[in-house]
Amino acid sequence: MKAHGKVHRYGDNVDTDVIIPARYLNTTDNKELASHCMEDIDKEFVKKVKQGDIMVGGFNFGCGSSREHAPIAIKASGISCIIAKSFARIFYRNAINIGLAIIESEEIASNINANDEVEIDFEKGEIKNLSTNKSFKTQPFPPFIQEIINANGYVNFVAHKKEN
Amino acid sequence: MKNMTMTQKILANGAGKDFVSAGELIMAKLDMVLGNDITTPVAINAFNKAKFSKVFDKSKISLVMDHFAPNKDIKAATQSQQCRFFANDFDIEHYYDVGNMGVEHALLPEQGIVTIGDLIIGADSHTCTYGALGAFSTGVGSTDMGVAMATGKAWFKVPQAMKFNIKGKLRPHISGKDVILHIIGKIGVDGALYKSMEFMGEGLKNLSIDDRLCIANMAIEAGAKNGIFAVDDITLEYAKGRSEKEPRIFVADEDAYYEQVFDINLDEIDHTVAFPHLPENARTKDEWGEIKIDQVVIGSCTNGRLSDMAVAAEILRGKKIAKNTRCIVIPATQNIYLECITKGYLKTFIEAGCVVSTPTCGPCLGGHMGILAANEKCVSTTNRNFVGRMGHETSQVFLASPEVAAASAISGILSAPEQVL
Repeated sequence: MKAHGKVHRYGDNVDTDVIIPARYLNTTDNKELASHCMEDIDKEFVKKVKQGDIMVGGFNFGCGSSREHAPIAIKASGISCIIAKSFARIFYRNAINIGLAIIESEEIASNINANDEVEIDFEKGEIKNLSTNKSFKTQPFPPFIQEIINANGYVNFVAHKKEN
Repeated sequence: MKNMTMTQKILANGAGKDFVSAGELIMAKLDMVLGNDITTPVAINAFNKAKFSKVFDKSKISLVMDHFAPNKDIKAATQSQQCRFFANDFDIEHYYDVGNMGVEHALLPEQGIVTIGDLIIGADSHTCTYGALGAFSTGVGSTDMGVAMATGKAWFKVPQAMKFNIKGKLRPHISGKDVILHIIGKIGVDGALYKSMEFMGEGLKNLSIDDRLCIANMAIEAGAKNGIFAVDDITLEYAKGRSEKEPRIFVADEDAYYEQVFDINLDEIDHTVAFPHLPENARTKDEWGEIKIDQVVIGSCTNGRLSDMAVAAEILRGKKIAKNTRCIVIPATQNIYLECITKGYLKTFIEAGCVVSTPTCGPCLGGHMGILAANEKCVSTTNRNFVGRMGHETSQVFLASPEVAAASAISGILSAPEQVL
């Protein structure tokens, strides 16, 4: 799997309340959730984001609530991968479970600026910042996590396993 | 079982192993799977999508309608209805709806649905609350909940641990909330990321179960996987008469490995408030300055228990709240609500000018019943003060104990109880 897109960059402690405010949690519709993604810290995000784009954050990305609506909103908005210096525990788990790729690396997240163009090869664990010509290596996901992401989430993965 | 922390022992037991080490990935059996009216619909969708047709144990699933309940709008009502239909279809024993519900993390311990030594996951980040009872409990998302409702299992990475050695005794009008805000102020909102926070020491005897529930509740605000308290006579006394289950007491080994050890002297803790917009922005009363307050909220899974209501009533008794300040009091469960009536607290609150609500998470997450307008400031006994948490993105939330919240309602500025008594 590969990803290629422009970077939307945020700081430390991006919490689940700003990713998707509670006032919109009366729906489970992915598109509707996506239409309010990041609204309390970046009103421009939903206007700017394009399919395949990449989100970059600082430390403790996704802290706060267990609401799966948060990674769902980010994924449904078009983001193909989040790179952060560190992730909050529940968010990390939820992102994998819904099939949203994430990369945890202080070095990589520090070397990517807003609007940079980035290319990611997940199998090889290669991240290229095309705007600065810098390349980075990351530990590829173990095969079963890769399988979950390729299956577009844990549920599809479990359902698929059951059928076979 | 050797060289293990409390958390590791419970996880090893759940995984059917003699020993687990930090970093190990395990599959463990669950004693309880919890969801609320926001997270359960997403879990039901996952359950259906995976084509599951049975739940693993109808007595080990709790569905609590508390976040947007009593339902705030048609969409919220539809979500509760989806949970209700699911509960009926699968004959879920612990289904709580308007009339018998309460804020989930106050309700489950109160009813003895979770107890000493249990292994619990909940699709709500504050599921870590039950660590107060010497249980392993942690928050997960809806997909994990959906799969767990069918399989009764979840995978875990065994966490590293931090030890909090509790000493001494709290001063008057200082409570569990001040302790946990003090700790988060010290270690930061990611200070315990992926780790378990284990509380022990001779000072535990001076912390009530309500204090411990409040402290464990906010372990997630330091990024922790779980918070857990050593089991003592106070825990056993609390569990007696609530749960018929034989208590399973897991004691950390003397040579258990803790990455960090902190000594917490309760005597030294002062009134502590987390300033906007992170729970780590802890300031003691000499650092507060004059902050004018528009709204006060006393309640939630952090501080909506009977002892919280009692101390708020003690401070508000015979007093009036400030002219331009609103005060919302929310007993966390129907039982607590009833006790507030019997003990006369409700009369005290209403005479002081507060409004008293039926149990709900409502304002805590900016759901309903107490949303803040632009630039408003709120002192709240809840657990989060992120940007826009309780309403408009320019509003500000100050996290505090019920003692400070009640005092601030009276003076209209952020205050310690000693300033109004």
